[in-house]
Amino acid sequence: MDILIYGTVNSIALALMALGFALVYGISRVPNFAHGALYVITGFIAWSLLRGLGLNYLLSIVLAIIAIGVVGALIYQFVLIRVRGMAISEIIASYAIGLAILEGLRWGGFKGTTYTLPVFIEGSINIGDIPVDLHRLLVIAIGIAVVAFLWLFTHYTRIGLALRGMAQDERAALMLGIDSDIMAVVAMASGAMLAGLAGIVLLPLGNIVVEKGYDVLIQAIAVCIVGGLGSWMGAVLAAFLIGFAQILTVVYLGTHFQMVVALLAIILTLILRPSGLFGMQKELEERV
Amino acid sequence: MSDQPILEVKEVTKTFGGILALNRVSFHVNEGEILGIIGPNGSGKTTLINSITGFIKMTSGKVLFRGKDISRKPAHKIADMGVTRTFQIMRPYYSLPAYKNLVIPLFSPRAKRTGGWRGGGKLGDRNTVGIDILEEIGFERDSFVPYKMASTLPTGYLKRLELARCLALKPEIILCDEVFSGLSMSEIASMVPLIERLQMDGIALIMIEHRLRELFRVARRVMVLNFGEKLIEGNPEEVMANAKVKEAYFGSDEEVEEDMSYA
Amino acid sequence: MNTEQRRKERIDRGIKVRTDGLYAVMSWRELSYLTLPRIVLIVGLLILPFVMPSMYWQRVISIVCIYALLAVSFDLLAHFVGLVSLGGALFIGVGGYLSAIMNTSLGFPPLLAIPIATIAGAGICTLLLLPCLPLRGVYFAIVSLMYPLAMTRVIEALDILGGTDGIMGIDSFPNRWVEQYFVILMVLLFLFGVRRLVNLDIGLVLRAVKDNDQAVRASGMSITLYKAVAVFISSAMGCLGGACIVHIYMWSGMSLFALDFSIIPIAATVIGGAGTLVGPVLGCLILVPVSELLREFGTLRIVFYSLILVGFIVFRSEGIMVYGQRKYHQIERWVKV
Repeated sequence: MDILIYGTVNSIALALMALGFALVYGISRVPNFAHGALYVITGFIAWSLLRGLGLNYLLSIVLAIIAIGVVGALIYQFVLIRVRGMAISEIIASYAIGLAILEGLRWGGFKGTTYTLPVFIEGSINIGDIPVDLHRLLVIAIGIAVVAFLWLFTHYTRIGLALRGMAQDERAALMLGIDSDIMAVVAMASGAMLAGLAGIVLLPLGNIVVEKGYDVLIQAIAVCIVGGLGSWMGAVLAAFLIGFAQILTVVYLGTHFQMVVALLAIILTLILRPSGLFGMQKELEERV
Repeated sequence: MSDQPILEVKEVTKTFGGILALNRVSFHVNEGEILGIIGPNGSGKTTLINSITGFIKMTSGKVLFRGKDISRKPAHKIADMGVTRTFQIMRPYYSLPAYKNLVIPLFSPRAKRTGGWRGGGKLGDRNTVGIDILEEIGFERDSFVPYKMASTLPTGYLKRLELARCLALKPEIILCDEVFSGLSMSEIASMVPLIERLQMDGIALIMIEHRLRELFRVARRVMVLNFGEKLIEGNPEEVMANAKVKEAYFGSDEEVEEDMSYA
Repeated sequence: MNTEQRRKERIDRGIKVRTDGLYAVMSWRELSYLTLPRIVLIVGLLILPFVMPSMYWQRVISIVCIYALLAVSFDLLAHFVGLVSLGGALFIGVGGYLSAIMNTSLGFPPLLAIPIATIAGAGICTLLLLPCLPLRGVYFAIVSLMYPLAMTRVIEALDILGGTDGIMGIDSFPNRWVEQYFVILMVLLFLFGVRRLVNLDIGLVLRAVKDNDQAVRASGMSITLYKAVAVFISSAMGCLGGACIVHIYMWSGMSLFALDFSIIPIAATVIGGAGTLVGPVLGCLILVPVSELLREFGTLRIVFYSLILVGFIVFRSEGIMVYGQRKYHQIERWVKV
């Protein structure tokens, strides 16, 4: 029973982490290796607004998420747009930005247990006979809300449809009057905001530490590969697969193996079904 | 020319996520024969070549090369057996001179065994062999064409370079994906004898073409594909006289008549 | 309004044109034009240990060489085969631990343990990375990024290989001169070896895999095989570096999988000139000593590399070496259009 509950929470958490990466890659084909850094830095921004400036919690959350959206857009506009299409440079540049943010934070002294965000709702309730804190239940609710919102957004709004059009065929989208550069900025900003949101929602469950940046990046990527790079619905489903696998390994083997699960999931996927469970790429392109 | 089939394709089917691209296509090619495949755009011709040569996995069906099943082998193994292909969109190594483009196929295990197109089982210096092959298919050595960068070559030479890459492997059968398209009349005029020469060398060819007149000069047997299905197979005259082929290319007769009545 | 426009014109120097063909070398001047850059590099590296003021800086030279090996390996993979490895630390770690085990458990002397660790380590790394080789795109970058991080977790979790304390009591090189010259000679050997390799026929095939993998497949060659060969060669370089570093520090621990080993070689390659092979060595000669000077700033160093890296990749992607080659071989001048 507790495996079921914590597995669900963990899966939703993974889905939240992965959505931003999946969105950016799906739309602009830029692998955003700074994803984990954006996740962590949002936590620190919210912390500084809350503790440093003494703002209201809700307000600081909103401000932090907006700020990270702007950061994402700036990163794209000033760096990634110049190396777009050069796979080697895209990877290196985004990874280097992520490293700079994370290690900068570490140098700035953001480590240790002082940096925590308060949970949204205190207390816990019992499901059956297992106590679950309300915040974890809230994570599930928020996760479902985000997925539903994304689905509605990409299916019923103009921008959403434009993004989907670009994801399918950038040149065709260009011909239909969709400015792919602006759309890519939008995608990057929303990807960053999703990373930020995930950070805000998930970080209260523990300390804000720099190492989380790397973990989140890797888990997000693992989820995306298993689900099929570029397909965010696939990512959501893969999150459940990996989420439960992780909880099972934690229960039966120990917490250190959580990372290994992600790695194994990637390797197995690459060997057995390289396009991922729900990949959209054509066969000819993906297998060399 | 014998009637021994070198390549047999049996009920090859390929679906792309529910869309039927090839529907149980069967045909065969005899030793040293040229088979033409025609059909409107999107009828699955290139998909057929991709499936036979292993560049995409077919959903079901079988391909026998000299009686051996090659339908589940990876692309490089199939090429290694002597079933080679050209690409419709030319894929030379643009940053290299033309003859260095041939060094790469000549490095392959098959070329090492066979020694290239004219090689009698022994491979000499790859650069020299490459230039020799290029010269034989029409790169004029006297005007240093084989030494030019691939990126500066015109389409006609690039199409030949595609063929040369196959020849470097000493192929038994070449699957040509539109070698005539995009060429000027004079370039085609020099290409046709080349194709005939390949046939005289005992190489079987499958040629996908839109240029029917030139195709019919070399191919004595033609197959028509439409919407992934084989419509008809026979000699060119039969095929062109067939009503179904006309329908595939020009729409049905009734429509044509209707249009006429409006006019 | 001034409508006059200018354009930069680049013309090959006469001496370059004359020396392009091997048989045209006629005079000492032309001979030295060809060989001088190589001689400067070789002699420069060889006398470095003598001109260093202290033991500490001599040690830095060894470290430079190890990073140089890694950087050349990165350059080979990324710019000749098209595989971006974000985890150079994997090679260092595998090579390092292997050599350490062979030295402490089996009692092999360093000069025997290092070659074995190099070959065996390269085999292990190639096997680990094999699943992502048939695929194009970002998979290799992702998987290579994950391995070093996962390795540390596994070592921590299972408490194997000395756990968090690492393996101690590893023999050092016989003396510091052997240490210095061993790594310097290895750098030179691999640098010129790899340069030779990429111009051989097999090198052409590797470059073809990067440019045009479909055509390579149509030529009857397995792409996975050639990628695996390239990964083996470059992970051998990395493992050699790792094997050397444990004997230099006489300690092998989880910090072998640290980020520094992944990021500095990339930064050095981009700064020195991607795809030139010499550039990465040059980049290491600049970056690693700077990094030593900045040691007291801790992780700020990584921030510093990352920012340099982004700056170079976005604004000056050619790197020092390409720039230098251009200046050496060509005359540049502005002409009016």
